[in-house]
Amino acid sequence: MIPAGFEYHRPADVASALAILTTHGDEARVIAGGHSLIPMMKLRMAEMGHLVDLQDITELKGISVDGDTITIGAMTTQHELITSDALAEAAPIIREAALVIADPQVRYMGTIGGNVANGDPGNDMPGLMQCLDATYILVGPDGMRPVAAREFYEAAYFTAREDEEILTQISIPRPAPGTGYAYEKQKRKIGDYATAASGVMLTVAGGTCTSASIAMTNLADTPIWAEAAGAALVGSDLGEDAITAAIAAAKDAIDPVADNRGPVEFKMHVAGVILRRAIDRAIARAG
Amino acid sequence: MAKQHVKMTVNGKEVEALADPRTLLIHFLREDLKITGPHIGCETSHCGACTVDIDGKSVKSCTMFVGQAHGADITTVEGLVNADGSLGVIQEMFREHHGLQCGYCTPGMITRAHRLLQENPTPTEEDIRFGMAGNLCRCTGYQNIVKAVAHAADALNAQKEAAE
Repeated sequence: MIPAGFEYHRPADVASALAILTTHGDEARVIAGGHSLIPMMKLRMAEMGHLVDLQDITELKGISVDGDTITIGAMTTQHELITSDALAEAAPIIREAALVIADPQVRYMGTIGGNVANGDPGNDMPGLMQCLDATYILVGPDGMRPVAAREFYEAAYFTAREDEEILTQISIPRPAPGTGYAYEKQKRKIGDYATAASGVMLTVAGGTCTSASIAMTNLADTPIWAEAAGAALVGSDLGEDAITAAIAAAKDAIDPVADNRGPVEFKMHVAGVILRRAIDRAIARAG
Repeated sequence: MAKQHVKMTVNGKEVEALADPRTLLIHFLREDLKITGPHIGCETSHCGACTVDIDGKSVKSCTMFVGQAHGADITTVEGLVNADGSLGVIQEMFREHHGLQCGYCTPGMITRAHRLLQENPTPTEEDIRFGMAGNLCRCTGYQNIVKAVAHAADALNAQKEAAE
């Protein structure tokens, strides 16, 4: 389990990190928490001549809630997401999702930036960020550009990020007060990826659903923002008919493949169960 | 590949070395520093036998390159003994409550329990099980491990009260 050799870099700012990426092209890769990349390097499924460690770049760290916008630095760890009082107040669904990622040791190291940028369909944060309509900030040699989480994922491990770009920050519109939320995940054991997971955000006024956003995790080769599933709830009384329609729409949007977590039929079934639980919990929390 | 200069504090002692950048921290600790408390169990980031404490975080040292630990303050199970070299409170509670069977996972369990109890000095049984979930015991001796951690929490709290 010894990875191939590489040269190690630890730049102090984003500009220095970009300079290394520009010099070495696809021979260089950034490392955040390393808990996806290092296992791949040990299996020799990832090899690079230059490893660029982002841990000293303070501008990539931190959580701030400013008016209607939540900003999270890419190097913020899952543990820091869980222990942030500001985030628990502004968007508690992020804490709920971070708590079901991997195990404590992994959450001390694993970062939100690495989780969303890697493009692994098993990761939980990409679907959640789509549910929250987050925007990723990418910085490259030509400057900065924002990309919506809902537009970022192309296929497993393929994203809108170019090789010489670094995902530096995530910007999330602060959910309205009283928004009901839930992140529900079915996994075989602690530390496993989801068999099926779902994030739900919805608002209710006078018994009628006024907005809803639903995303599904590890049920296709990208996270799936199930727009039609959310639309099936909006304007309804959130009764059985609307929930059944939303689940049917979400099932239409996903495309799971058989693996050691089960055959396609099982995953479709679990996806429906998980989404129903998430919707029920979100409704119970809406106020 | 050129060797890389690394410097860190391990169990209160400053260490300095030249290392191949691809060296994993667990190999550096065991083979270069001869600190063999942290064990290699699965070497795939699952089992937690290699857990060490790095700057106040529990980390699987098989999933970190030595260069990432440059400048860090590291504690292994060896660093959790009392000043006179006798077993520290958590170690003593694992002994007393038989929180081990074959003992292979124990250094990781104790190092993880140390951080868990720093963050949550009064954990419920559920807190302990959730907080220790990154450490596997292939003997399945979890019952007594959880018991040992709970007793360690009580003992540490009693110690703190006595000191006040």
